[in-house]
Amino acid sequence: MTTSQPPVDVAAVPPAPPEDAPRTMGRFNIWDTPWFNARLMTGVGIITAILLMGVVGQFFWDVGMATERDRTARFAPPVGFTNFRGEPGSWAHPLGTNNLGHDMLAVALVGAPNTFLIGFIAATIGLGVGIVLGFTGGFLGGWIDDFIRLISDVTLTIPALMVLIVLNSVLDRISITTMALIIAAFAWPRATRQIRSQVLTMRESGYVQMARLSGASTFGIMFKEMLPNLIPYLFASFIAGATGAILAAVGLETLGLGPQNVPTLGGTIYDAYRGSALSANFWWWWGIPTVLLAVMFVGLLLVNLGLDEIANPRLRGRK
Amino acid sequence: MGKIPRSYLLRRLGIFFLTIWFAATIIFIIPRLAPGDPISAMVGDMTQAGGDVENSQAIIEGWRARFGLDKSLPEQYVRYLGNLLTLDFGYSINAFPTPVGEVIARALPWTLSLLLLAMVLTFAIGNFLGAILMWRYTPRLVKMFIPVTMVFTSIPSVLAALFLLYNFAYVLGWFPDANAYNVGEVVPGFNLAFIGSVIRHGTLPALAIILVSFGYWTLGMRGMMITVEGEDYMQLARAKGLAPFYVLYRYMIRNAILPQVTAFAITLGTLVSGQVLVEYVFQYPGMGKVIYEAILAQDFPVIQGASFFLITMTALAVLLVDLLYPYIDPRISAGGES
Repeated sequence: MTTSQPPVDVAAVPPAPPEDAPRTMGRFNIWDTPWFNARLMTGVGIITAILLMGVVGQFFWDVGMATERDRTARFAPPVGFTNFRGEPGSWAHPLGTNNLGHDMLAVALVGAPNTFLIGFIAATIGLGVGIVLGFTGGFLGGWIDDFIRLISDVTLTIPALMVLIVLNSVLDRISITTMALIIAAFAWPRATRQIRSQVLTMRESGYVQMARLSGASTFGIMFKEMLPNLIPYLFASFIAGATGAILAAVGLETLGLGPQNVPTLGGTIYDAYRGSALSANFWWWWGIPTVLLAVMFVGLLLVNLGLDEIANPRLRGRK
Repeated sequence: MGKIPRSYLLRRLGIFFLTIWFAATIIFIIPRLAPGDPISAMVGDMTQAGGDVENSQAIIEGWRARFGLDKSLPEQYVRYLGNLLTLDFGYSINAFPTPVGEVIARALPWTLSLLLLAMVLTFAIGNFLGAILMWRYTPRLVKMFIPVTMVFTSIPSVLAALFLLYNFAYVLGWFPDANAYNVGEVVPGFNLAFIGSVIRHGTLPALAIILVSFGYWTLGMRGMMITVEGEDYMQLARAKGLAPFYVLYRYMIRNAILPQVTAFAITLGTLVSGQVLVEYVFQYPGMGKVIYEAILAQDFPVIQGASFFLITMTALAVLLVDLLYPYIDPRISAGGES
């Protein structure tokens, strides 16, 4: 009686590994890899969720309402709240509307993927340039290395946002792609430096020497031997680059220098700020893009920390 | 300058001047890439705003000559670089007879003091939390709480600024929502009312900057503390029976904090950009507001001047940190492989 226990579903519980099993057995468990750490998984989960929302959402919600004016429903509050006119929120606009009657849910669904797109394009270009320059400089050395170091140091010192402000203020109308390209022009130096320093430490390691002795070409050593070993770093560098690019994009958008014809989260914040949404308590107008961006950045931070754990084994298991 | 080898000094100075020249050149080229020239664009704006401008062609010609736009491009470039050397950025279009230099000079004290204050507080708070995080005597609850606060680090400063502005200025009404002091009620000068007003107005902007940047230092400090913890002298210190707090301060923090100083140089660009956005949200009368208003008014000379000035300021600060560092940390020999 005292020993009666609830029935245990044996199939659901993985058998505990025997206490004295040899340590090396762990290697054969495919789940036992640093890539499955809690931070990385949570971060990837958050970002996937936001992206999915944008991709799948357009099948369930009319995203055209993000730019469509609805004069009958200006400043409508989200469901469960009332606005200054005492109107309750309705399911026609679950997250409310702004001053022009744009549906905030549609803005969120369209804006979030746009923001990611900018980060993705800029980080891809930045990383691509970084790989080429970092490998060239780190592996070849000499005056080429000196030159690459010099220009990346110079570009790194310049607060990119300042140049971007000047550039965007001159351009009349910019698209998401143009904006991503402009930001990419400042995304490569950090990637270049990181990759270069990794290549420097790797250049003299045994397997590279071995490859050199067996007559592999410089190109082959760089991209067939060394590059695969850098994958965790490249991922980390990519995410850091994307974070920086999105940060710059949001900064420009909130200053009113983003693309005007497509809804972006930062652009919505700019409109809300200019429309005195803060003092007039239209919190959903600026609050929804703000919270969405904040969640996005937390997701990116978690991915960054998670990748750090993979690239830097010392940090594993520490709190 | 006994400690800094000449080659290192020259390299650093070279990077500094190259950075400034590079920034100046980009800023020179960008407006010229756009179709039309700035003067025609300006007169075009005036035409749109107020109907027809009389003799607009003559005005354009006159202005072009005045700004040297009738000269050849290389000639313009040389003149432009010469003007920059004397900090002559031309005139603001929006507030016409005011030189851009004056607009910047008015905003600069506010930006500098806010930046400095926020930087020092961020550095202190961030490093302290990082040290506490790895200290073995810290209560478990505190250790669990600190990583949670780090979430703020990933958030752009504009978002934090909006959040603080809404909650503490509009909902709770504890702090003012704009300006750097109570304009019209207190007289600027060395008096209590003014200083109090400045502090009240500066709290939220400073808080926004601190919130989003202290975690960077905490993370760095944590990494350094892990390294220091493994050193032999730590064992010795503990074996000697020194008080835990003494060990923390004298043995751990003081050794771990040194590399953090170099990180200053890396974060400065981000910090300046972040502050520009925070100032804009809080309508703080610094460079951020100047830039924002210039963007609204399409005031290119001010946008260019302010951007160039901030870039120069950042480059100068980075140069200073790099040159001072060998004095702060004698273990580092300047000129080593970076």
